[in-house]
Amino acid sequence: MNIVVGVKVVPDTAAQVRVENGKVTWGDAPLVLNPWDEFAVEAALQAKEKFGGQVTVISMGDEHALEALRRALAMGCQQAYRIYEDALAQADALATADVLAAAIRKLEADLVLFGRQAIDGDTAMTPAAVAQRLGWPFVGLVTAFQGYDEGSRTLEVTRDLDGIKQNLRVPLPAVFTIAKEFAEPRYPSFMGIRKASRAQIPVWSLADLGLEAPAAKVAWSEVLQPPKREVQCQFITGDSPQEIAKKLVDKLIEEKVL
Amino acid sequence: MTKHVAVVVDHDRGQAPASAWEPLTPAKALAQSLGGQVLAVVLASDGQALAQEAAARGADRVLLVEHEALQDYRTDVYGQVLAALDEKEDIGVWLFPTTTRGREMAAWLAAARGMGVVPDVFAVEVRDGQVEATRPVYAGKVWARVTAPLPAVVTTRIRAFPAPDPEEGRAASVETVDVDVPSSAVTVTGYEVAASEGPRLTEARIIVSGGRGVANTDKVPGDEVAKAKKGFEMLGELARLLGGALGASRAAVDAGYIDYEHQVGQTGKVVSPDLYIACGISGAIQHQAGMRTSKVIVAINTDPEAPIFKIAHYGVVGDLWDIVPALIEEIKARGLAKES
Repeated sequence: MNIVVGVKVVPDTAAQVRVENGKVTWGDAPLVLNPWDEFAVEAALQAKEKFGGQVTVISMGDEHALEALRRALAMGCQQAYRIYEDALAQADALATADVLAAAIRKLEADLVLFGRQAIDGDTAMTPAAVAQRLGWPFVGLVTAFQGYDEGSRTLEVTRDLDGIKQNLRVPLPAVFTIAKEFAEPRYPSFMGIRKASRAQIPVWSLADLGLEAPAAKVAWSEVLQPPKREVQCQFITGDSPQEIAKKLVDKLIEEKVL
Repeated sequence: MTKHVAVVVDHDRGQAPASAWEPLTPAKALAQSLGGQVLAVVLASDGQALAQEAAARGADRVLLVEHEALQDYRTDVYGQVLAALDEKEDIGVWLFPTTTRGREMAAWLAAARGMGVVPDVFAVEVRDGQVEATRPVYAGKVWARVTAPLPAVVTTRIRAFPAPDPEEGRAASVETVDVDVPSSAVTVTGYEVAASEGPRLTEARIIVSGGRGVANTDKVPGDEVAKAKKGFEMLGELARLLGGALGASRAAVDAGYIDYEHQVGQTGKVVSPDLYIACGISGAIQHQAGMRTSKVIVAINTDPEAPIFKIAHYGVVGDLWDIVPALIEEIKARGLAKES
């Protein structure tokens, strides 16, 4: 099975992201493999272990993307490609989907996995758009691979639909996003890290993918610092838990939330 | 040229979540700007009830596509039908709620029809032939103002817009639309319904949430996890009494106190209830990212220095094992408990 995982590099979840001089900044917070993508990498490695094949990780982005690709290699992916040129700097979710779809075609993937969303743009738009571009089935938030039928090339999966689990039979090639319930992502091994740090990661240009520069329709016209919540915590005190509970309930009724 | 606003009614086999109707509110304002109508779009195997409800909640016209293949939601078949409708109708803005299905359909439709897509917006208008929307990015640490040319696809942030109440007797023309419904490549073989009752976390008006502190007590016997499970039962009772949902911090989920489906935060669910009661939660930045837009935040924590108090409107420095039972009694005594 030829498995491809699409990943992105993002500022760490603990980063103090803010707006400075009209631009988004996160100071010197580290850039990491998008946390949701770790689950997709884990699912890809498990698919390979169960069904055979190899795992290729791809990312569209400037040199910072190497951080995410190397982490995925260290976890156990066999191959990595970075796709970039300056014309892609302003790509929106659909332009990104065009580029990734072309790369996935070139790699002749059977199974394509993504994380649920990137924690920077938080759009969750790219994976389903990639499937549409490829004309392949799409299933979001997969929580388990149940089984694979080699003859019909059909994968049985369970997905989460806002609290309900749906079981599906999906012919490959197909595109999935992987939910956190799938499995805890593995830590890279020492050997894995060494291998990843030495790996040659080829860069593909638009021409390598037979593409023109895609035009972005969606643009961020402005970034804003959300208004600071001017919250002065009002501490509720009393001689007994009962008195505190009574005062708190009074306040919540006043606020019209009870 | 008149352009309409289409709201795709989100549902699972005929059951629409509360958030399904929320896009009708911005739809009305957008349709006014465009000089068009609000169309509700219902794709289902039996969609009459949804169509009537969409009419009662303010749609001017309802486009109904009924077909067996639409019994179970699958992105490809739903997306292809929406793309076919987009070819037939003159639609300026497509709206979905930011549910799992809503996001998937929005992405698929936008890709199929070459439209810009702007998900998870809490403000949206049409100006100079463009959609202008505002949405949280970086888990709400930053807001982005986003533009996309018309026609565009937009998903509305859950609970950012009020759902219009149904108006009794309000009717709209329900038009059964004849479009090709392709069969999906994907077969649904079954469903498992989640055991938890009550409202979903993302849609709940009230959330009672627990953190690591839930295990920190001598009041019940057993090991850490056994204590925590008792504690979450207690928080669950408070949530149930208030007609709310039970939440948890990542620390509590990682420690095995409670299932992931309850996790609130950057790598869990992002919520925005009217009332968020944080019990034994210190308030890491990742947790705050998932709940800081709640209207009223109450924090109960033994540590007066806990960061959660910096964003809480009301704070109790105390043991949740004392305060929560007292709250439960108070709510019962004052007749504030919701009928279940």
